[in-house]
Amino acid sequence: RRRRKVLEKLKEAVDERKKLIATLRGKPWPMRKKLESQVFVEKYEGALGKGRGRRLYAYKVMMRKVRALAYFYAFFILCLKYSGHFGSSVASYFLFLRWMYGINMILFSLTFGLVMVPEALMARPYGSIPRKTVPREEQANAMDFAVLWDFGGYAKYSVLFYGYYNNQRAIGWLKFRMPLSYFLVGVGTVAYSYMVVIRTMARNAKEDGGGDDTSFNFSWKIFTSWDYLIGNTETADNKFASITTSFKEAIVEEQESRKDDNIHLTRFLRVLANFLVLCCLAGSGYLIYFVVRRSQKFALEGLDNYGWWERNEVNMVMSLLGMFCPMLFDVISTLENYHPRIALQWQLGRIFALFLGNLYTFIIALMDQINLKRAEEEKVKFNMTIWQANLYNGTLPENSTAIPIMVDPADVPRGPCWETMVGQEFVRLIISDTMTTYITLLIGDFLRAVLVRFLNHCWCWDLEYGFPSYSEFDVSGNVLGLIFNQGMIWMGAFYAPCLPALNLLRLHVSMYLQCWAVMCCNVPQERVFKASGSNNFYMAMLLVILFLSTLPAIYTIVSIPPSFDCGPFSGKSRMFDVIQETLETDFPAWFGKVFSYASNPGLVLPFLLLMVLAIYYLHSTSKTYKHANLELKKKLQALREKTVLSSDTARNKMSLQTPREKETELNAELCVIQCNTITIRYNTINKISAAYNSMLI
Amino acid sequence: MGATASKLPKDQLSEYQELTFLTKQEILLAHKRFNELLEREDRQQIGGSRVPMNKILTLPELKSNPFRRRICQVFSTSDLRDGSLSFEDFLDLLSAFSDSATLEIKSHYAFRIFDFDDDGTLDTGDLEKLVNCLTGEMDNTRLTSEEMKQLINNILEESDIDKDGTVNLSEFQHVISRSPDFVSSFKIVL
Repeated sequence: RRRRKVLEKLKEAVDERKKLIATLRGKPWPMRKKLESQVFVEKYEGALGKGRGRRLYAYKVMMRKVRALAYFYAFFILCLKYSGHFGSSVASYFLFLRWMYGINMILFSLTFGLVMVPEALMARPYGSIPRKTVPREEQANAMDFAVLWDFGGYAKYSVLFYGYYNNQRAIGWLKFRMPLSYFLVGVGTVAYSYMVVIRTMARNAKEDGGGDDTSFNFSWKIFTSWDYLIGNTETADNKFASITTSFKEAIVEEQESRKDDNIHLTRFLRVLANFLVLCCLAGSGYLIYFVVRRSQKFALEGLDNYGWWERNEVNMVMSLLGMFCPMLFDVISTLENYHPRIALQWQLGRIFALFLGNLYTFIIALMDQINLKRAEEEKVKFNMTIWQANLYNGTLPENSTAIPIMVDPADVPRGPCWETMVGQEFVRLIISDTMTTYITLLIGDFLRAVLVRFLNHCWCWDLEYGFPSYSEFDVSGNVLGLIFNQGMIWMGAFYAPCLPALNLLRLHVSMYLQCWAVMCCNVPQERVFKASGSNNFYMAMLLVILFLSTLPAIYTIVSIPPSFDCGPFSGKSRMFDVIQETLETDFPAWFGKVFSYASNPGLVLPFLLLMVLAIYYLHSTSKTYKHANLELKKKLQALREKTVLSSDTARNKMSLQTPREKETELNAELCVIQCNTITIRYNTINKISAAYNSMLI
Repeated sequence: MGATASKLPKDQLSEYQELTFLTKQEILLAHKRFNELLEREDRQQIGGSRVPMNKILTLPELKSNPFRRRICQVFSTSDLRDGSLSFEDFLDLLSAFSDSATLEIKSHYAFRIFDFDDDGTLDTGDLEKLVNCLTGEMDNTRLTSEEMKQLINNILEESDIDKDGTVNLSEFQHVISRSPDFVSSFKIVL
């Protein structure tokens, strides 16, 4: 115990030394000066302190190493460096990609470790019960590549989808509660995502801190407009051009007031553009609805009669719309004649509306299919009783306990498992989306670059400067694609536990492919302007998508009864009944009683009312704090200006000093720090000797 | 690289790590890149040798920067004032431009970089040279003298609080601290 106290005191000494060195780090001195003061510090360290303190320090260094390893992939750093050549906006896209990868890694480890692995290892194996076996009719082509690519056959009857999971309450020697784990992992992934997104938003908001001042317009333009990450001559030239333009624009704006001639024409054109965009959105919504209805018709007639296009029509149409409509919006926006930054915001908003509309139309169509499957389920349940009766050949009365006849699981008639169907649809959608992205990348960027480079010699006009030229890296489009992709994962992860794993693979490949494309086929953007305020904009969009994508899943969990013969919740009337069951059986009786009292409406309603009042109170206090904050800011600014004026006079005096006087003053500062160090050392040595004295006693 | 490259001793590495805002990987990478810039004979004693300015300017990260010469001159501790950098100066440079450097450090060094005549304030001459650096070297991108005068007037009106015709360090830091873009753009990554 005494040894621990000594170690603690040594740790304190090490921490104090670290604090001192941290202050050195923040000083704008050349390295030589800092080292000389540190050397002075180290002379008083003493052999004892150096030995033990070093072990602690080495431990801290090792933890840093582990963290560094976990964060850096060598190729990724390379990628960041090259994308930095194009300025910080492309680098910010790859940083966002890396952050998403981190989130998906956690989601993957949750679903893999707590859902897929226990079921694969501890539950009953493939082929033991009907839900885990490929039905006899499908066994002929269950191993075909085409069927597997479509996620049917053996892929459908595996841990990848909801339908495989058994509803046994506890499995294996660990008594692992499978249905409970499945439900909690589903809820946990959503909760974790919310927490991470909100935490990142709060952090970004703190850093932002009211940067919408226009009082230093020109000074900021001149002092902060250069992007030091630019390492490419072409980008630099573009940046020079854009800086010059912005200077000239700002000067002109400052000098004369803008005359708004033709304001009526501009307004009319803008209204026209919005009308066209609305038409586009309505058209795409109707197209998706039409296609989904058609696919339902195909499904009723049996999918075997139709080729590949009919089977994948919905997914392909959605992906193609997502690809071509933004280009259309871009063309329409040239009518509007907005400032580039405002035009970008409009463009992003429209693409957002497009994706959202498409996604929700898809979900509504999916709901129709779910209802169809549930009607089919009723029929199958009825047929099951007939089939079972036929099995016993009608020889035995219904309620007798006869010897059960062994039936091969593949022959048992199967209910349509709507949950697996939903999972399959999402997986297919994501795969087709991924394929479309990669193919557009290869054709739109790579092939285009190759054509422009090699056909340039034998073409009438200059391909590199005119149409089509090389493609630019569209940061906002890519970020939106990433966000919507994540939304689809959140929507489908409950019904297809394999989705986070799939997404992880997809992000990994995207990282490398897009990195290569940026380095090899893209040119820097012409309009090199910063998207610094957009950081929280993308986070806010992510939050909205998270909310909107968890809504359908929650709705299906709460209102639709699970299938009777597949999945971990089969046999229950609602999926969340598993919680009730766990409370009744696994927890002591008083717990259940407490919970039943707590869920009494007489208690829940006042609690909700209290929460609403609390939200109102917090909102009003935050408003007053914001107001007080603004007042303090104004006071601080006035105080700062006063300090600047007074320190100016002091500084003027100092600048009149000779270099020697300046040096003596800096040396005096150095001496003060060294004195502090000596005092700390003296105190430490005192403490250590006191500790040793007590040990001896 | 090769057999003649010197390795950075561990305790020196940890010292550098404590005194700068760089991580260990970044310091090692800086060591490697600095080594490549040195002449073959100097590579053994990396501590004492200096790399001349024209060699530093061949680094791809600095090649397109309009302030590259000023950056070398500001961070150089050479007595000859020729802009040559020792390894410690190079680390100081990377530390000031790194991701984790504080606003105070960055604004301090930015001020020194923009102060072309090293007199401790940004006067009209400094601001004019600054604008010319930013608009590029081509003639058709430069501002006319009226535009230049107007621009400098506007800048001094905004930033010069004590109305002495120059921008000093405190005024500069005051302006910079309100800017949302400065910290993210004042970055160099090897």
